[in-house]
Amino acid sequence: MSMNGTEPRKHTISVLVENKFGVLSRVAGLFSARGYNIESLSVGETLDPTVSRMTLVVGGDEFVIEQVMKQLHKLIDVIKVNDLTDESHVERELMLIRVNAEPQHREEILRTADIFRAKVVDVTQVSFVLEATGDEGKLEALIELLRPMGIQEIVRTGKVAISRGPKTRVRKAEPAKRPRVSDDPRVVGFAD
Amino acid sequence: MKLPGAKIVLECIKREGVDIIFGLPGGAVLPIYDALYDFEGLRHILVRQEAAAGHAAEGYARATGKVGVCLVTSGPACTNLVTALQDAMMDSIPIVAFTGQVPTHLIGNDAFQEADNVGITRSATKHNFLVKDGKDLGPIIREAFHIAATGRPGPVHVDLPKDILVKEAELIWPEKVTMRSYNPNYEGHAGQIKRAAKAMLRAKKPVLYVGGGVISSNAHAELRELAELTQIPVTTTLMGLGAFPSEHPLSIEMLGMHGTYYANMAVHHSDVLVAVGARFDDRVTGRVDAFAPHAEIIHIDIDPSSISKNIKVDVPIVGDCRRVLRALVEAVREEAKAGGDGQEGQKPWHAQIAEWKVKEPLRYEWSDDVIKPQYVIQEISNATRGEAMIVTGVGQHQMWAAQYYKFTHPRAWFTSGGLGTMGYGLPTAMGVQAAHPGRHVVNIDGDGSFAMNSQELATCFVEKLPVKTVIINNSGHGMVRQWQRIIYKERYCAIDLPGIPDWVKLAEAYGCVGLRVTKPSEVVPAIEKMLSTPAPVVLDVCVDKDECVFPMVPAGGANTDMILAPPTREVRDRAEKSQTGF
Repeated sequence: MSMNGTEPRKHTISVLVENKFGVLSRVAGLFSARGYNIESLSVGETLDPTVSRMTLVVGGDEFVIEQVMKQLHKLIDVIKVNDLTDESHVERELMLIRVNAEPQHREEILRTADIFRAKVVDVTQVSFVLEATGDEGKLEALIELLRPMGIQEIVRTGKVAISRGPKTRVRKAEPAKRPRVSDDPRVVGFAD
Repeated sequence: MKLPGAKIVLECIKREGVDIIFGLPGGAVLPIYDALYDFEGLRHILVRQEAAAGHAAEGYARATGKVGVCLVTSGPACTNLVTALQDAMMDSIPIVAFTGQVPTHLIGNDAFQEADNVGITRSATKHNFLVKDGKDLGPIIREAFHIAATGRPGPVHVDLPKDILVKEAELIWPEKVTMRSYNPNYEGHAGQIKRAAKAMLRAKKPVLYVGGGVISSNAHAELRELAELTQIPVTTTLMGLGAFPSEHPLSIEMLGMHGTYYANMAVHHSDVLVAVGARFDDRVTGRVDAFAPHAEIIHIDIDPSSISKNIKVDVPIVGDCRRVLRALVEAVREEAKAGGDGQEGQKPWHAQIAEWKVKEPLRYEWSDDVIKPQYVIQEISNATRGEAMIVTGVGQHQMWAAQYYKFTHPRAWFTSGGLGTMGYGLPTAMGVQAAHPGRHVVNIDGDGSFAMNSQELATCFVEKLPVKTVIINNSGHGMVRQWQRIIYKERYCAIDLPGIPDWVKLAEAYGCVGLRVTKPSEVVPAIEKMLSTPAPVVLDVCVDKDECVFPMVPAGGANTDMILAPPTREVRDRAEKSQTGF
């Protein structure tokens, strides 16, 4: 259990930033300076070419995520920060995977690729490169099915996400209760 | 109007209302210095090392409430400046630092005196800019000053490639700065303010815990009104000293690691703790899970990321301290009218605090033979009637100054609180003195700390800045000695500074006046002589080297674990058994 009683989990955070040089390094620096780990990060231009969108996947409890959101917002070039995790949203990632393709496995790999709607984008006598998109669960499942054939290399883009519905909503966080010393059996005051 | 970039820079600085810049020239900024040659309306103060320019700008900013400006060249000048930038970052001091850069076509080429300036200062500034086009100069400088001074203030760095300074460009100076990505929130949430007012009136054991934000936002009058209205005792952080008069009946002085016994006890036992412009720094809280364990916590701060960062807050109010306090005063009046006994219920609390004050006042043992450092501070306080501008270095002398100087006004206390930058004292004092030529500016420093920037005595002499430095000289790194004595079983290591240099001779070598005292009876006359000398003075006070700063909360300890007197066996045993590493 963490400080305010929530389990760490992965959050998908969408950040709109000014499309200026150095912004990526400001965001990356924020995480490294505070010891938070970015699990994935993708950046691209939006409809407005002066604005870029970053999609970050960060692990942490409510307390860490609250700080991450506040610190991101504090950066001067950040326009908007939105935690999509608990909102209805679609997230996708693209993966390229090079898998051994021995004659006895070729059929099965193609069948698997078909089930996952993955495309074969490169073929040699001994290997396939597959292109797959989907959410994390789907890509993990594909990896597990291909693992017995011998995976040589995986390249992933990191997640991008968009909220469902006609426009983006901002969810208000529920205030968490502050833990008190009297609740904590480890704490013994000297003066009392 | 087309002007060379260098002229645009100076013109923009002037238009921002700045009258003094602190700097040191070099290759990449020579065009600016050439433009400065016949530029009117800006005084340039030549420092001896670049960090001093940064600290002097900090002193100027804190003393005036304006933005401080420094100007140095590329590469090593910028890396030297980093300490001052980080110092201003930690203490929320608004400065704009200009550095030179190699010409744009050479950037990334490992050119002479090149460094990745913006890369290096990125984490040490609130924001930074590299100017890549002359027409951006005006808008960027305008934004730089805006960002430095608004919201939670802080340092902003502008990197200026040499070719941009030489080429002519249009001077664009937007009247108003609007940034879609930066809009600090100044007004506190009305509902939260009402909740806070109710909690304050309901409280039986409330405390106001006040930090540097009250000084930055000029909220001292509102704070005093609120405290007097609600009769809530006030403790200040190191950065908050001066926000509330030390000798006010409601003052319980500084809290935290070297805070007073009564401040720490009051905060620990409080039922409502109102934090105003403070950030629950580890030097204030000690062990966080034992900090104010019974209190409902109200936190007023302009920086949302300060809220619930270290301590979970019950009533957060994001906004400017001054505006929120003003609204809070109104809300308290409204609520009080609607009923609620308010102050009557607090009587036992005031009695309890008075009892703590009597039981464990700030104290030290008097000696007729050796000078006690605390005594020196008391006499400086007496001689200046709490009216001087007090600057410090970092270490024991800093804590004694914080404890024993009786502060009467805001913006009269300058210390490196967050970063703890030794050598901060003298250059900062220069900035303060430049801003207030007629005031007494006293730099209370340590022999270790003063040595880190004593070259600035030359600046003081040449620029006619009559800063008074009092060296609390204990022939060593006193705070380190104190920790080694109390926590590391007297295994003293690398702390001795045995009597060199001769500070009197050093002062004289720089054209300043040097004085030395070794006996308690000489202290008062020496302080008087120092204050009446119209030149920069160094007063070397040889003090008891074994004196320690008490109370002391060992790092990682709870604030109620204060050590109040020289350590006994029991304290040392406890330190050894500590699981927090003390």
